Amino acid sequence: MDLVESYKEELRLVRKPWTGAGIGAVVIALALLPLLKTDYLLYMGTVVFIYAIGVIGQNILIGYTGQISFGQAGFLAIGAYTFGHAYAHGFGIAVGILAAGMMAGVFGLIVGFPSLRLKGPYLAIATMGFGVAIYQILLNTDAISGGRMGFTVEKFPALFGLSQTTTFYYFTYLLAIFFTIISYNTISSYVGRAFIAIRDNDISAEAMGVNLARYKLLSFSLSSFYLGVQGALFAMLVGFLEPNSFTFMESINIFVAVIIGGLASIGGAIMGAVFIIVVPQLVGGMKELVPVIFGVTVLVILIFEPQGIAGRWLKIRLFFRNWPFR
Amino acid sequence: MLEIKNLSIDFGGIRALSGVDLTVRENEILSIIGPNGSGKTTMFNCLTGIYRPGSGEMRFRGESLLGLSPDRIARRGIARTFQNLRLFMNMSVLDNLMLGRHIHFRKNIAAAFLRLRREELRHREKVEEIIDFLDLQAYRKARVADCPYGVQKRIEMGRALALEPRLLLLDEPISGLTAEEKEEAAYRIMEIRGRYKVAIMLVEHDLKIASRLADAMIAFSYGQKIASGLPEDVQRNEEVIRAYVGDE
Ligand SMILES: Nc1ncnc2c1ncn2[C@@H]1O[C@H](COP(=O)(O)OP(=O)(O)O)[C@@H](O)[C@H]1O
Ligand SMILES: [Mg+2]
Repeated sequence: MDLVESYKEELRLVRKPWTGAGIGAVVIALALLPLLKTDYLLYMGTVVFIYAIGVIGQNILIGYTGQISFGQAGFLAIGAYTFGHAYAHGFGIAVGILAAGMMAGVFGLIVGFPSLRLKGPYLAIATMGFGVAIYQILLNTDAISGGRMGFTVEKFPALFGLSQTTTFYYFTYLLAIFFTIISYNTISSYVGRAFIAIRDNDISAEAMGVNLARYKLLSFSLSSFYLGVQGALFAMLVGFLEPNSFTFMESINIFVAVIIGGLASIGGAIMGAVFIIVVPQLVGGMKELVPVIFGVTVLVILIFEPQGIAGRWLKIRLFFRNWPFR
Repeated sequence: MLEIKNLSIDFGGIRALSGVDLTVRENEILSIIGPNGSGKTTMFNCLTGIYRPGSGEMRFRGESLLGLSPDRIARRGIARTFQNLRLFMNMSVLDNLMLGRHIHFRKNIAAAFLRLRREELRHREKVEEIIDFLDLQAYRKARVADCPYGVQKRIEMGRALALEPRLLLLDEPISGLTAEEKEEAAYRIMEIRGRYKVAIMLVEHDLKIASRLADAMIAFSYGQKIASGLPEDVQRNEEVIRAYVGDE
């Protein structure tokens, strides 16, 4: 095989046939899920798809670019309310989602500016401040939030003779796949390489010609776009928006998903989203337990498995690949 | 091609460089020697925009470098290695070198989203040339953190070469290597100058190697240039000997 062909081979999204088969099986199984006719499963699947989008975006920012953020709830709110108002004013769903993403993206750009000066805990506090500020604005601006009455968003329509739940399931399924692919592509491109370089060594990244400001802001803006889309889908899912859906707890949830799934892993981000959605369901009535479980899991992961579920998965795979030779 | 005039910088009362003048000509190797703490690395940091000099002028190919950010200086064609390696430890060797191509990429974010990778292939060929030149084939896909120290030094040199600089700054590229690796590295530095048509500023502790490689040499002590000229003359200069003996 000539060299250029082999380089091309290496640039493909899925390189190994086994990986392809595995991913294909999951994608097909999820497409067939509605055949089981259990609305509960479909609803859970939908929530996971919606969250996966935002978590993947946050992993690009936190895991790949190495910029910490606790402002997630703010971007979700911006996406949700932008979509809600656009939709209510007669714009279509596609336009509404795009507007939600772009509005959040613009705010991401603004919130990214402190990252040019601040690092680590200071950046965490600055972004947290943003999230809390958005929440306060919602509480105090009835024109946006609908005041005490809240804000009703029309749900996603039922299409093609499918139930509403099934239609929305497929819609979010396709969007989650779309954002997953785009993210893999971005990460393996010159953009992703610049992100990772900034994370690993910002001084030498800059000395090699990477414009730090441009790529940090791009990462903030891109990841916020994802959260905006998540917010828009969330608005259609619940059909009713109130400021209390966008408290600091929501930022923590998404942050936890990033850590538990594993930093710098798109697949991990999806598993992290599954974790934060499924665990609260498993504990059922004892809601107070959820933060405890999250907290303990994060600690355990940070101590024993810093690469999260994704890292564990890689090790298991490596074990079986070399099996039975040790 | 590079002209530095009267360059000075202070760090809270410590004068790390004071009134340094020097010139580098096209395709020349200039060795910079001097005891530890004499300001060699500081000068590289000024040249690459990491530090802002307090006063003086630095002109590269006719244009001033003062006030430019590091990435803009890189785009002017100056690349460097670091005394204490600054690699992207979690990236593969290949990706480290590909990042060295960053300034040459035709940037198109839509193509990045859609996995259109023509640029990637174009730059990959250049990078493979460097991989061959530096004997990094066996490490191509390895994570940098997993590579031995001597290999990491080569990776960093490769990353700088990938930028296709006109001026290459090497900060102690030979220190910390085994005797055998040192010989190889010295040979490679000569090769680089011939192959890549680049001028090199070489900071080196090992006087023997430094003078063997150099066309010209300057010596620093306490932030001041104490001698400059042909390597054999600088080495024999009394002040230089005193600075080094004082160091021992
Ligand atoms: N960022 C800095 N802050 C304070 N002092 C510094 C800094 N960088 C360099 N110096 C001082 O400048 C002097 C020269 O250091 P350096 O350039 O690293 O020496 P060399 O590379 O010749 O060994 C030393 O006294 C060092 O302590
Ligand atoms: Mg030094």
